[in-house]
Amino acid sequence: MSTTITRPYPDISFDDRMATVEFRVSPRPHITVETEVCRSCTTKACVTACPANLFVPTNDGGILFNYEQCFECGTCYQICNEAGAITWTYPDGGHGVVLRHG
Amino acid sequence: MPERVPAPAVPADGVWDAVVVGAGPAGSAAALELARAGRSVLLIERGPFPGAKNVYGGVVYGRILDELIPRWWDEVPVQRWVTRRSTMVMTPTQAFTVDFRTQAWGQPPYNGMTTYRADFDAWLAGHAVEAGAVLVTSTVVTGLLRDERGRVTGVRTDRDDGDIRARVVIACDGVNSFLAKEAGLLPQTDAHHLTLGVKETLALPREVIEERFAITGTEGLDIEILGCTRGIPGGGFLYTNLDTVSVGVVVALTGLAKAKVRPEELIADLKAHPAIAPYLRGAELKEYAAHLIPEGGYRTMPRLAIDGMLVAGDAAAMCLAAGIWLEGVNFAIGSGMYAGRAAAEALRRRDTSASGLAGYRRLLEDSFVLADHKRLQRAPDLVLSERVQKQYPGMVCDLVQEVFTVTNPVPKRGMSRLLRDTARRHGVRLRDLARDGLAGLRVFG
Repeated sequence: MSTTITRPYPDISFDDRMATVEFRVSPRPHITVETEVCRSCTTKACVTACPANLFVPTNDGGILFNYEQCFECGTCYQICNEAGAITWTYPDGGHGVVLRHG
Repeated sequence: MPERVPAPAVPADGVWDAVVVGAGPAGSAAALELARAGRSVLLIERGPFPGAKNVYGGVVYGRILDELIPRWWDEVPVQRWVTRRSTMVMTPTQAFTVDFRTQAWGQPPYNGMTTYRADFDAWLAGHAVEAGAVLVTSTVVTGLLRDERGRVTGVRTDRDDGDIRARVVIACDGVNSFLAKEAGLLPQTDAHHLTLGVKETLALPREVIEERFAITGTEGLDIEILGCTRGIPGGGFLYTNLDTVSVGVVVALTGLAKAKVRPEELIADLKAHPAIAPYLRGAELKEYAAHLIPEGGYRTMPRLAIDGMLVAGDAAAMCLAAGIWLEGVNFAIGSGMYAGRAAAEALRRRDTSASGLAGYRRLLEDSFVLADHKRLQRAPDLVLSERVQKQYPGMVCDLVQEVFTVTNPVPKRGMSRLLRDTARRHGVRLRDLARDGLAGLRVFG
């Protein structure tokens, strides 16, 4: 679009945004990333698409991630460009995101 | 650590009549019907309570509930009854709104409501439990049990000694349905038919909401918005709860990835829009949420019955999310209800093979669940098309602006001239406009 919107008031920081969500973090990571596979990935779509911003590109072309503040939406593995890079399961029973206003 | 309720007593022979996976609207409706038919039914939920993992985009339409819970409106955990529905088409500096209100929707039997899924899903699951279903929360179903012929005979869970045998399994495990994937009914990934919904729920005093949205008491407003996603196929929404307002966008997953835009940026754009910002001034973020939506419609639906298993709700892509109707929870309830009925009938005839369960599809075809999906199967192509998404919002807004801009002393131009000029400026050929209009009539007609 040609015209951009000026924000009438500042949006909250991403950390504050995520602090509104309850996560009962499981000791077992429910996402694993094969960062060696990510090095050959040209799109790294997970980095921008993940609504929780859990995937961060590293200087050497890999991906650093955390699973703790995950909405369990599945975006990352669904748009992943490289077979086998992201393994995604549900967190163990009772763990993970707990939404009150979903 | 979350508390786990003790494992329920297993039926005498160790085999449940039915195991329902997922206590969302589909699962609870299925469990409710089976329990009412006198069947032993185990309803398994991975969250600490039903609804903990769930997000929706604005309105639960209640008509399907009439069949399940008479006078449901007297007890449902409603936020607001939607009496005002707006469709907004916008560019960064313009907004054209079609606004409708009717008092009829604010009284029994009610058309639609806003709610919190943590409340609504728990309420529906409570009815299943009341009818005799056994609800187990904080438990993940990790896979299917199958016999040597491949027939589904139960599920594996993440509890110790967690194998559960059942005569029929109903997979209501949501958009990522690992059970449908394991059974080969859904592809492992399907980014082209998925959209991502992100939503903020913002607190505002109740009286401020009523003033800003011109609603009183428990009346509510739902706005659906086109043209607010930077050209990424999708749309936005804003709806009122009692003392919060929810605002968000839904965008095609592949389009989002290609545009390399972060989802929360799109919400920030929408919140800052001159037509939206005044509604939200001073509102405080209560919760941010995200969820995938299956938008492929009829043509992407999996096979619905295999030996020993049915699929319902989002797991079966039963979401009507790309069109002028945006519905999902009601389709989940409907498909779950019919799955429960078909399973009960199959159990009665002692045949839960795929052919014994075939009544499920017939029930769906005879009802809105598949009839609406079949009728609207081409809607996603049209609504998410390049012209509808990128060109028409700006063209419509400019056309309306031209119509209502008074040009004295220059005489008015005729409407058809304005349309021609506006279309040309937006690179839209009248031939395409006519074609899309006809397509719209065919799709929605």
